[in-house]
Amino acid sequence: MAAFDDDHPPRADLINDCVHCGFCLPTCPTYALWGEEMDSPRGRIHLMSQGLGGEPLSDSMVTHFDRCLGCLACVTACPSGVRYDTLIADTRQQVERRHPRPLRDRALRAAIFALFPYPRRLRLLRGPLRAYQASGLRRLVGRTGLARHAPTLAMMESLAPTLSRPVRLPERIPPRGPRRAVVGMLTGCVQSAFFPDVNAATARVLAAEGCEVLIPRTQGCCGALSVHAGRRSEARAFARALIDAFSGGDLGHRDLDHRDLDYLVVNAAGCGSSLKEYGELLADDPAYAERAAALSARVRDLSELLVELGPVAPRHPLPVTVAYHDACHLAHGQGVRAQPRALLRAIPDLELREIADPELCCGSAGVWNLLNPEPARQLGERKARDVLATGARLLVTANPGCLMQIAAAVRRLGSATGDSTTGRCSAAGDSSATGGVAIGLAHTAQVLDASIRGLPVDALG
Amino acid sequence: MTATSMTATSTTAIGTLAARLRTVLGTDRVISDRQELRTYECDGLAQYRVVPALVVFPHTAAECAAVVKACAAAGVPFVARGSGTGLSGGALPHADGVLIVTAQMRRILELAPADERAVVEPGVINLQVTRAATPAGYYYAPDPSSQQICSIGGNVAENSGGAHCLKYGFTTNHVTGVEIVTPDGDLVRLGGRAPDAPGYDLLGAFVGSEGTLGIATEVTVRLVRLPETVRTLLAAFDTTDAAGAATSAIIGAGVVPAAIEMMDALAIEAAEAAVHCDYPAGAGAVLIVELDGPAADVEAQFVAVERLCRDNGAFEIRIAADDAERALFWKGRKSAFAAVGRISPDYIVQDGVIPRTALPDVLRRIGEIAAEHGVRIANVFHAGDGNLHPLVLFDDAADGQAARAEAASGAILDLCIEYGGSITGEHGVGVDKAKHMPRMFTADDLDTMQLVRCAFDPRGLSNPGKVFPTPRLCGEVPGRHKGAHPLQEAGVAEVF
Repeated sequence: MAAFDDDHPPRADLINDCVHCGFCLPTCPTYALWGEEMDSPRGRIHLMSQGLGGEPLSDSMVTHFDRCLGCLACVTACPSGVRYDTLIADTRQQVERRHPRPLRDRALRAAIFALFPYPRRLRLLRGPLRAYQASGLRRLVGRTGLARHAPTLAMMESLAPTLSRPVRLPERIPPRGPRRAVVGMLTGCVQSAFFPDVNAATARVLAAEGCEVLIPRTQGCCGALSVHAGRRSEARAFARALIDAFSGGDLGHRDLDHRDLDYLVVNAAGCGSSLKEYGELLADDPAYAERAAALSARVRDLSELLVELGPVAPRHPLPVTVAYHDACHLAHGQGVRAQPRALLRAIPDLELREIADPELCCGSAGVWNLLNPEPARQLGERKARDVLATGARLLVTANPGCLMQIAAAVRRLGSATGDSTTGRCSAAGDSSATGGVAIGLAHTAQVLDASIRGLPVDALG
Repeated sequence: MTATSMTATSTTAIGTLAARLRTVLGTDRVISDRQELRTYECDGLAQYRVVPALVVFPHTAAECAAVVKACAAAGVPFVARGSGTGLSGGALPHADGVLIVTAQMRRILELAPADERAVVEPGVINLQVTRAATPAGYYYAPDPSSQQICSIGGNVAENSGGAHCLKYGFTTNHVTGVEIVTPDGDLVRLGGRAPDAPGYDLLGAFVGSEGTLGIATEVTVRLVRLPETVRTLLAAFDTTDAAGAATSAIIGAGVVPAAIEMMDALAIEAAEAAVHCDYPAGAGAVLIVELDGPAADVEAQFVAVERLCRDNGAFEIRIAADDAERALFWKGRKSAFAAVGRISPDYIVQDGVIPRTALPDVLRRIGEIAAEHGVRIANVFHAGDGNLHPLVLFDDAADGQAARAEAASGAILDLCIEYGGSITGEHGVGVDKAKHMPRMFTADDLDTMQLVRCAFDPRGLSNPGKVFPTPRLCGEVPGRHKGAHPLQEAGVAEVF
């Protein structure tokens, strides 16, 4: 049986754009790890081409597709403009529909996708997680063989951030001063459950910059995790619901259509990237195609919007050294690199430092780190070492996945150097003690919020 | 022996060899899955494709030697491959052979900036050497356009060049020693840390031998002090003739720039489409001229270069204000090959050398060749040393275009020879240009080269089918020996 059916196979014309130059290899995380052609973008494109040429969708072929993090660094690196993003997305949905996975793998994926795209279910985890973290069990678990027996569970355990108190945002936040724009705000799944402070900071910064912020309670998952894993029909369902949430009556007391929103602001890189592709995701759906495209056109990453609007809120000095980490779906997926750096540099007394190999993924990649714990661990530690080498006091990034992944890796490096102190890492910026090296973690929104409100650096860790 | 039984025999031999190699490397590092093997069927020159029988990943010199020894014992040919970015098909696999991938041998073993040396494994990426040495104030000078991914081992095999080789020389000028696995599987050192080892220059023979004399497992390279100053300008001209005249004027004035690179209108169009390098609009050609060295020298020469560009018709000159702008100038140039993929479905990257002074004539003739064959040709080249990289654009799907492009490409090489140049400047002969070798060399020349090869690899197992137009000489191999070599007949040489 041929590898692909007629329902959006990887397109031959896009495959033929690849001239086999190899410029993508050094930016590919799996090539960096293993140095093997079939685990590189060039090799995966070759495998897709083999699939179109009649080769079956074998276990080995699927393994190499599965190992792709979908970080899209290769799209940035490619001088020939190969749309690897489109190619791997089409390939993945073929794999999900056509390749029977082993039972264990199927169960794991089912569990992950029954949990993460549902903020309410994630929030239910908060109670037990806080109790667990408070009990000191975490240190005990660290010494047991969990990593060996249940690597995904161990990875999940290590990723869980120290939780702060939940924050309930109002559905409408008025602008401070004259209104400059009406913006919808996506609160996300992981972001809202585990990093509520980031959402609060985002809303405050938007209001301070003159935005009326609308946050419909009916919003759910945007479908990013699903679409990036090839679960296209699930992603479409999420997308339709989200479009509805940002339309009509769902926008609370005001009878707004999503067309009345000037922008839809997103503070999680992976979500922003998928929202910007709603137009393509729902292109085949006559009822939603037009609305999807219209919504996509209004989507902005927080940093993108703030630079577009220009600052009105005065910035207070924040004397701190910051290492800014490019989230893949922001830098490679949305081409947003300059804006967050510009916003950070504009804060008086803040010193911005660059991390070596900025194009290389930290290994989080949606749920990739849960499905591939060991290589994710290696990538995370590589990134953590580069981050720590900057000597910065604070690591700033714009994606919850990256924050959790790098925090966990920093913690591991710390315990590996003999300091058993459990580092507290959260987006609120608690510092992680790591064998004498400490770095706080924060979302771009939190740094801007602290500067606008004139908070001390300690508020960030 | 019939074809079928031959295949059966080689299949058995490969099966036995695979089992042997798995005991040496472990199962993970010996690939025999068909789909995985196929991802290695070509290097950076995708027109030639051969699926290898096995792919292996040694991690150490000893493992690499063990692999070669096993191949030699089994009489199975082998081909070395680094990052697979070569443009002459030098790493094209052998259908009944083993592809030895050195990409996982990527440790920098020693960095000794004070001695101006680094010792690296063959899979280390060219740019990584520079990145490792930069904090100490040094870098690795040869800079192929693929420097961010091409491997040092591959650079050694191909004697790779790059934009800055005009001033600093090719790979051969920057390698002082190598450890190699001979085609028998022995580990041998050629050269060392000192610049010029006594005795025959076997290192010189090895660098650029395209994998036919063995596999480098460790390379000692020269590190060069970072220049005090670097100044780069981008000059736009109406025609390639004017840009060529400016190039000759600059070199004629006694200035030795670190690089002089030229791109014609079609190459500029491709680069703009790919990386938005924002070169001056309406240019028929651009020159990138880079000077480096002590600040006082560079400043004085830079003024002269600017004037010479204007005197020869430059209508716009931009000077890079900082590293970011310099990087943008170079980005257009260094992405140019792959960027052509934006404006043409298929293309051939050609590599030839002409005397620099013949540049205007040769470019005009290339234009005529393009018209005659009904193809478009973009020109990107290292103008300073006359190393041309014409890019012949075609559409494989269109009837007969591929053949016409191939003919045009061959005609360009004839042109290079006609003007007293060479059929390759830096990409190597590989499989692609083996057929052109007789145009440049006599049968006697080629036989003499073959004698050198036989001294290292009498059985012709190391990267067979490359460099030489047809397998010949190597006396011990039955059926290949076609009469005595002229040198033998003359009594001045004998077959080993």
